[in-house]
Amino acid sequence: MLRKIYVPVLALMAIAGLQMQPAFAETPDDILASIQKEMTDMPGVHGFSAAHGESFFKTRHDNEWSCSSCHTENPAASGKHEKTGKTIKPLAPSANAERFTSQKKVDKWFKRNCNDVLGRACTAQERGDVLTYLLTVKN
Amino acid sequence: MSINHQLYLQIFAVTLLATGITISVAHADDDRDERYINKHGDRYSEGNSRKYGGENRGKPIQPAQTNVMFQQECSSCHVAYAPGLLPAESWRKIMAGLNKHFGSDASLDIQDSKEITDFLVRNASNRWSASTAPLRITESSWFMSKHDSHEISPAVWKSPQVKSPANCAACHRAADRGDFSEHNIKMPL
Repeated sequence: MLRKIYVPVLALMAIAGLQMQPAFAETPDDILASIQKEMTDMPGVHGFSAAHGESFFKTRHDNEWSCSSCHTENPAASGKHEKTGKTIKPLAPSANAERFTSQKKVDKWFKRNCNDVLGRACTAQERGDVLTYLLTVKN
Repeated sequence: MSINHQLYLQIFAVTLLATGITISVAHADDDRDERYINKHGDRYSEGNSRKYGGENRGKPIQPAQTNVMFQQECSSCHVAYAPGLLPAESWRKIMAGLNKHFGSDASLDIQDSKEITDFLVRNASNRWSASTAPLRITESSWFMSKHDSHEISPAVWKSPQVKSPANCAACHRAADRGDFSEHNIKMPL
């Protein structure tokens, strides 16, 4: 009789446990490939550059902010939101395996943060350069 | 009944009990019906929806059943402010202006934004009778009254750990769960 009570409870806990596993729909390389794809139609564009990505990341743009204002100069370290002070987990995939594993999240944050930092959308070249740079950052 | 079965039953019972205690603590509220004395010297108590000039937070502040999308999205930059802290119209305005959210772009796609708006509006303050709809929780009368200089010394606001009155969790240690009970307040300094 008791078995009837705790077996479903254990089963429910197991299901809950499974759902808590992060679902990595994509890899950072998939995301990079999809940015690359956006550029195939553009003439005169070469590959991505980690060096360009790094300088873009650390430079203050039109809105007085840089990516590193919140993410710090070391993308493998935790950052802090400039306004709210909330901790931001590391951005480099080497330090945080969750980063760049969901196209939807990547699109959402590039849209928001480019708007905040540059006052406009980032180009595919800029996004590709930044991700290429972040992939070279070692933890 | 074997000893093993009894043990499972006991663990189950204790877990249930603990869950119950946690929930009742989370819903504890210091908001007693406050009494006033009018100009004729009569004692009277005002209805909760007329308190704070009609700008009262809801009860409960956070519904028993939260929404995963709300919790995830609204806590990426700050604590997910509980829906009962503002009236429905405030939430509609805030959610309609996410692309310029207090100086930051916090835009969401249409489906996610709708799901969160529905959750906020459904669980907005049920004791807000004024026609006002502030965008900032800190501008509502209940907030200002609860956080006036009699309650909190100006030095606390200046503490680097507080930084901004929007940083509920600096003192309300369980603010991320919508729990603002007095038991869970711990001021820095």
